[in-house]
Amino acid sequence: MTTSLFEIVDKPIDVEKVRQKVTDRNAGAITVFIGTVREMTKGKKTLHLEYQAYPSMAVKMFEQISKEIQEKWSEAKVAITHRVGHLDISDIAVVIAVSSPHRKIAYEANEYAIDRIKQIVPIWKKEYWEDGTEWIGDQLENVPYPKGNPSI
Amino acid sequence: MINILLFAHLQEIIGESKLCVDQSDRTIGQIKEWMEIQYPQVNLQHVMTAVNEEFATDTTVVKQGDTIAFIPPISGG
Repeated sequence: MTTSLFEIVDKPIDVEKVRQKVTDRNAGAITVFIGTVREMTKGKKTLHLEYQAYPSMAVKMFEQISKEIQEKWSEAKVAITHRVGHLDISDIAVVIAVSSPHRKIAYEANEYAIDRIKQIVPIWKKEYWEDGTEWIGDQLENVPYPKGNPSI
Repeated sequence: MINILLFAHLQEIIGESKLCVDQSDRTIGQIKEWMEIQYPQVNLQHVMTAVNEEFATDTTVVKQGDTIAFIPPISGG
């Protein structure tokens, strides 16, 4: 059984196990963010998703995010697990747990982590709709680039 | 030789997840241009690149044995 704080997995995520990784006797708060697969996006119905990652680099980027959090909030402790492969509606795609002595930092650092995941972690999702499929292409998560030609 | 990792739509367009090519001692920018000639259906202009799992720029020089990854805009979370 792995005890790594940062993981890419291809099986359902056990939320409680991610939470347990950040338990600390000096923690007075743990925030747990659970990112799930949404059915409706701007009126369009998602049937299911496929996530793909560059796993070794993704874990490195999780570690970088953790380092950034440590620099901003030295007492925060972070664990992140992201799932890849086929996910159905309401499945859990990502779990971020942050512990800290007081709740404010736990909330702030957790939001920082998901924001940074969407900026720097090499993970992609492919939407499966009733009328087709598309790799979703930008860090704001809703603009498809069918020709591989995004604008940053 | 260098390894090139492909993800998401790039992997589907090219039909491979990994290429091994003789493009060492060239910059990322030059390799991108070469890729676009080899695969005219691919546009790498706005695709980020990592060398050995670290983000790199178009001026980064790739050495023998390096692994580069073309990182299309991401959509995790």
